[in-house]
Amino acid sequence: MTLLKADNITMRFGGLTAVDSFKIEIEPGEIVGLIGPNGAGKTTVFNMITGIYTPTENRIYFQEEDITGLKPDRIAKMGIARTFQNIRLLDNLSVLDNVMIGTHLHLKSNLFSAIFRLPGYVKEENELYEKSRQLLKKVELDEYAGEKAGSLPYGKQRKLEIARALATEPRLLLLDEPAAGMNPQESKELVDFIRQIRDEFEVTVFLIEHDMKVVMEICERILVLDYGVTIAEGKPEEIKNNPEVIKAYLGVDVVNA
Amino acid sequence: MTRKKEQLLSFVALIVLAILTYLAQNYLDNYKLRILNLGAIYATLGVSLNLIFGFTGQFSLGHAGFMAIGAYTTALLIMPPMYKEMTFIIEPLIWPLNVLQLPFIVALLLGGLFAAILAILIGLPVLRLKGDYLGIATLGFAEIVRVIANNIPQVTNGALGLKGIPQYTNLWWTMGFAVLTVFIVKRLISSSYGRALMAIRENEIAAEAIGVNLTYHKVMSFTISAFFAGIGGGLLASLLTTIDPRAFMFIMTFNVLIVVVIGGLGSITGTVIAAFLFNFCLEYLRPIEEGFSLGPLSIPEVPGLRMVTFSLLLLVVILFKQNGLMGEIEFTWKGFFRFLSRFKANRPMKGEGM
Ligand SMILES: Nc1ncnc2c1ncn2[C@@H]1O[C@H](COP(=O)(O)OP(=O)(O)OP(=O)(O)O)[C@@H](O)[C@H]1O
Ligand SMILES: [Mg+2]
Repeated sequence: MTLLKADNITMRFGGLTAVDSFKIEIEPGEIVGLIGPNGAGKTTVFNMITGIYTPTENRIYFQEEDITGLKPDRIAKMGIARTFQNIRLLDNLSVLDNVMIGTHLHLKSNLFSAIFRLPGYVKEENELYEKSRQLLKKVELDEYAGEKAGSLPYGKQRKLEIARALATEPRLLLLDEPAAGMNPQESKELVDFIRQIRDEFEVTVFLIEHDMKVVMEICERILVLDYGVTIAEGKPEEIKNNPEVIKAYLGVDVVNA
Repeated sequence: MTRKKEQLLSFVALIVLAILTYLAQNYLDNYKLRILNLGAIYATLGVSLNLIFGFTGQFSLGHAGFMAIGAYTTALLIMPPMYKEMTFIIEPLIWPLNVLQLPFIVALLLGGLFAAILAILIGLPVLRLKGDYLGIATLGFAEIVRVIANNIPQVTNGALGLKGIPQYTNLWWTMGFAVLTVFIVKRLISSSYGRALMAIRENEIAAEAIGVNLTYHKVMSFTISAFFAGIGGGLLASLLTTIDPRAFMFIMTFNVLIVVVIGGLGSITGTVIAAFLFNFCLEYLRPIEEGFSLGPLSIPEVPGLRMVTFSLLLLVVILFKQNGLMGEIEFTWKGFFRFLSRFKANRPMKGEGM
């Protein structure tokens, strides 16, 4: 069964077409990359998938269910989790709380039993706590459990954001530039980390990344966006040698130079 | 320290509080009792405002509106029918309110319930707004409540207000509800639902992306907050024995806001301390309004100087100590004993130094 299917989705902001007829099918277990120059519309694709924007045209299906126009929290409950290009942690809350909030959507106890700490809730809360602790151990952030999330160094904040997304038990994980701001050593670790979570948590990964080394190494399949248009799709080697892609990137480089 | 031990300590503290309440209720004069009652009512109001503003991050300025609902409901339900007939001279009170008389606790809870229902109705559309816009909208709501109260004399007796409300409020009621409010809000915020509320405060987009239903959680927090505001209003009505629409102008919300900001947004402990401090100061600063002399400087009689003082204090807090008295720190038994032991450890050191 196809996990995610976008059928020529288009997103317009006024006169600007940020994403034009974007088409994708992702199968369970894949690691798919989305690349493209700045402003190409990559984050907008994520925002459409996660319900922050509703596509102006056409629809998105998750596990063959139409999720177009659903609210972000509904989509999260269905099994899509994400991280943000500009990290969005709950800065003043502890590292542990950040992860525990990720488990809230699975809470079965109602408000009343939570306030009065009825046995059912206490049991559930303990389970959520244990689960979150385990998760922190797996991502090697356990020793920071009590610290404020905002006080972590940048690389660890990125990792925490991934851990928080994993706490929602997603089937599809969207990572928006996970290597941004990381040094080469950290980026290398990130590649292993993403593979590891894919295997361990059985999630499918769809990621945006500017760091070509990371993308080429980790992705099994890559899509290239330029000015909202998908200009190429294929295996890393195919993308590397695609003249269109080279032109898109070189164009940007020339402008930047 | 184990959870059991902490619960035991809390239980003991509750008994001590009950004994103190008993002593105060029986041996303090009315003047002092009134200050304590107001302090406890403000604790209820402040902690409930802190839930929506401090913990959920929703800038609500509608507290006076919910208090008015609670105050009028309670007053109308506890006044003896005979009194009502005497009070409603412009237009008679409508049926069945004119014949209804209910026990105080039932009236209070109904006041809270009506406030809560109203909170759901206005919260659903209004809580979509953010920041200042939400503040303005909720402020507008409170003002509408007041204007309506002014204009339906057949229910509220209009601008004349209600007089001769039975004074059932005493320290047992006010302390009881303050404790209940603290208990419920504390339990709520330390539960998974409370974490969700704080997630909304910290970052709405992130909260929603990890599955927090914004509407549900915001409206839930707003409703619980309004419930206790309604109770607070009811307690106030039966303490003061008279209410009229002017009692629920913006200044009422502002007073509670002062308590919350000075105590610390996001600190229940701070709010409770500030609630009592505020009312003590309000009373004991009374003389400064009657004119006094500071050395060569003589200050004439200035009504309202106390509020000026508080507003200045508020400014100072906002400018220099944004976290208020307590920041986000809460009283815990662990912290309490750590504090005590630090005190003990310090003493001999002082002796050595001398
Ligand atoms: N809410 C919005 N309103 C108007 N324009 C928008 C909005 N969101 C994105 N855009 C525009 O859509 C285009 C694509 O933006 P997007 O953030 O998706 O790019 P991106 O590929 O993620 O770029 P980057 O690599 O810089 O993150 C840009 O021109 C951007 O200005
Ligand atoms: Mg982007």
